[in-house]
Amino acid sequence: MSQTIHVTVNGAAREAEVEPRMLLVDFLRQTLSLTGTHVGCDTSQCGACTVHVDGVSVKACTMFAVQADGSAITTIEGLAGDGALHPLQAAFREEHGLQCGFCTPGMIMAAADLLARNPSSSEGEIRHALEGNYCRCTGYHNIVKAIQNAAGQMS
Amino acid sequence: MSDYIGTSVKRVEDQRFITGRGRYTDDIVLPNMTYACFVRSPYAHARINGIDTEEARNRPGVVAVFTGQDIVDDGINPIPTGWQIGEDMKEPPHHTLAVDKVRHVGDGVAVVIAETKAAAQDAAEHVHIEYEPLPAVADMNEALADGAPLVHDDAPNNVSFHWELGDKAAADAALAAAHHITTYEIVNQRLIPNAIEPRAVIGDHNVATDDLTLYTSSQNPHLIRLLLCAFVTGLPEHKVRVISPDVGGGFGSKIFHYPEEVFCAWATRKIGRPVKWTAERSESFVTDAQGRDHLTTAEMGFDADGKIVGLRVDTAANMGAYLSTFAGGIPTWLYGTLLAGQYTTPAIYVHTQGIFTNTVPVDALRGAGRPEATFLLERLMDLAAKEMGRDPAGLRRMNFIQPDQFPYDTPVVLQYDSGNYEAALDKALDILDYDAFRQQQQQARAEGRLIGIGFSTYIEACGIAPSAVAGAIGARAGLYDSGMLRVHPTGKVQVYTGVHSHGQGHETTFAQLVAHHLQIPMEDVELVHGDTAQIPFGMGTYGSRSLAVGGSAIYRALEKVLGKARKIAAYKLEAAEEDLEYVGGQFTVKGTDRSVSFGDIALTAYVPHDYPIEELEPGLEFNAFYDPKNFTFPFGTHICVVEVDPDTGEVEILRYVAVDDVGEVINPMIVDGQVHGGIAHGIGQALFEGAVYDEDGQLLTGTFMDYTIPRAADLPMFEVDRTVTPCPHNPLGVKGAGETGTIASTPAVVNAVCDAVGARDIQMPMTSERVWRAIHAARSSGDGQA
Repeated sequence: MSQTIHVTVNGAAREAEVEPRMLLVDFLRQTLSLTGTHVGCDTSQCGACTVHVDGVSVKACTMFAVQADGSAITTIEGLAGDGALHPLQAAFREEHGLQCGFCTPGMIMAAADLLARNPSSSEGEIRHALEGNYCRCTGYHNIVKAIQNAAGQMS
Repeated sequence: MSDYIGTSVKRVEDQRFITGRGRYTDDIVLPNMTYACFVRSPYAHARINGIDTEEARNRPGVVAVFTGQDIVDDGINPIPTGWQIGEDMKEPPHHTLAVDKVRHVGDGVAVVIAETKAAAQDAAEHVHIEYEPLPAVADMNEALADGAPLVHDDAPNNVSFHWELGDKAAADAALAAAHHITTYEIVNQRLIPNAIEPRAVIGDHNVATDDLTLYTSSQNPHLIRLLLCAFVTGLPEHKVRVISPDVGGGFGSKIFHYPEEVFCAWATRKIGRPVKWTAERSESFVTDAQGRDHLTTAEMGFDADGKIVGLRVDTAANMGAYLSTFAGGIPTWLYGTLLAGQYTTPAIYVHTQGIFTNTVPVDALRGAGRPEATFLLERLMDLAAKEMGRDPAGLRRMNFIQPDQFPYDTPVVLQYDSGNYEAALDKALDILDYDAFRQQQQQARAEGRLIGIGFSTYIEACGIAPSAVAGAIGARAGLYDSGMLRVHPTGKVQVYTGVHSHGQGHETTFAQLVAHHLQIPMEDVELVHGDTAQIPFGMGTYGSRSLAVGGSAIYRALEKVLGKARKIAAYKLEAAEEDLEYVGGQFTVKGTDRSVSFGDIALTAYVPHDYPIEELEPGLEFNAFYDPKNFTFPFGTHICVVEVDPDTGEVEILRYVAVDDVGEVINPMIVDGQVHGGIAHGIGQALFEGAVYDEDGQLLTGTFMDYTIPRAADLPMFEVDRTVTPCPHNPLGVKGAGETGTIASTPAVVNAVCDAVGARDIQMPMTSERVWRAIHAARSSGDGQA
């Protein structure tokens, strides 16, 4: 039943045998031990599992691993180069955009996708873009500020 | 280098979280690990007539299948509640897995353990349970009705306890003589906590050493170990290590000792392999203890001048199907004691009954009793102001306890230590520009816009203490905490705390505290938390107690470290202790240039070649336990301004002003963040969140598709400020910041929406539909502004 898939994850070529029903998020967490991508719900609402597939933000619980065959995947672990921080990672720290940290990887990946599409997002556009990413700790106040901060850094 | 207190230092824990290197329980994979899947009841109430596990046992990858009877037969006790409310409290057994009956949807019945999570889930479909459905009660009024089905046969009328506080005769007399009485019937709806990390547990028994390690997403690992060992399993405490690694939010829901913890601890010993369980979100909805759920009638009496003369409150509190860890304490001691609020109410009486229903157990949720009390008071104040034609801010102001009245004994047993309520109100009014707002509101209304303002002037009591008082009011535990400082030979410091951080930023704040007083760089200080094998003891984090109790314990240990360091310095410098001053991380003989650094003293303590060995032991390490003298009492004023769309009933928060007094502040950035999150949680209750059970006890809001938590677009930027009235009885002058926002915000929002649409009351959550109906009801009754 297993199928072989070939993917590029954070720049490295990976080959693996996966069951057809394995979700992309489980492939990342269990098969590749990339546990920075989190699972917060089972109905694709919370966005804690957000990664980039071929440069586009995807909830990794909405996709089977076999559907990612041939794709390039970026997770929070691979967002920045060796030892460096992506401007969004630095801004989340600078603006206190995280508390427990559980939603943070998904938030940062979703925000990276937003800023790639719309580098000069308004506060309202940022808030609406995060409708698929839940945070229970911050009230989003400092998450929005962090994304605004990063947008300023990146422009 | 060491002036860290009051500084917004960026958090040291962030690096691992922003790079995906956090380590939450589900991230942990142990060799030879197995995976547990719970088979849960689809019925709210049913007799279990048989369980056939044979087919499941034969499925691929299955290691074992267990039922409730297996656990009982092994001598495992029910999970106790931690709070005794009166001698007659009914405390029916809460087994790890249901034995005879299931009592809520989600009650565990059997568990499949398999080589993979998928295999366990597949096999769980093949556990055949013969249920005999029984009539269920989800609604408290139905539970209290004559002839209602009994959740527990030994709890007549479904009542667990009755509790009262205050002087009933005095309250009755005051209300009888009152010039005006405002009456309010409240449904404080049930909430579902929904920390974004679902709960997870791993039990890992070492067959060779008989050591058990339990990883669990808990707010209080020592409390879990105590309950697990001393009450449930009888396992020796020194052979059990509980680790709470990174925990993805708690909000109260991860305080409690849950059946899955007992199961994983028990099952790993049975099968000789590690057992992991991670909740699916749909399991979180039916197994994480829920919050609030009160039905209350309240009457507040006023004299002709608007002064409150008395308050009488009767509350039915839903306990769900079993008494969870803190359950009975929440709608009683953490609720009734708060009913004086910021006001000089001379006579108060409150009666609470705890009621069993066939629903998920109810326990502490962010604020825990205090939001329910504050909601009641602050709604009453707004209603009364409207009824008496008074300004809502003015009515509050004239009833405030005055600064010169502290310490202030309330009629509901608390002694408030300090406060300046008017200062916070004035600051909030100033930030809002209240007079200008009222003019703008008049103008907007003339244009047909529905703009409203809501106030909440709240008090909180946090850091429940002292232990003797906690014991006297039924808590089955002490409420102190411990802090240990281990100074290494190079002068680097590890700090061990019994409280636990799951988002609060203790690794930063506590390092600031220690570095500040030792006058060393923060980089030289590291916090250790969440591991019973490393930390002497502790009661964990809840009730906004971490800094006031855990931080004060660390401060006591700091005093001991600095005291011994001074003795060592005096020896090395050949000076009297009193002639030394400690500045910039150096002990210096006053008026000279002779000094010795903290690092040198540490090295001397561990390499005691030239050392006063007759008077001093080597080493530099101290633990301290701190039992506070009293609660701490944060307070403040929150003001919410909303605009309601008259066509849709949609509520937009235009401004949210919060002025909180949490005493001294170590890291303002972190405190502001706590307030933001707290406000969001309280707004969630006001506008979005509500658990709905149908008449058969099915949870209709069992996913994020049906239960709305606030999203980014639902919330505004918050305008947060502070006053500082130090707590006089702890060494740091701090109070607590984690719950103020939640306690204050819910009534502020409801008051604002009611003001906007001219409604007396709107049931929470104030969905667009409910608000739209309120607008039209106000219009048809002719008393609305619309």
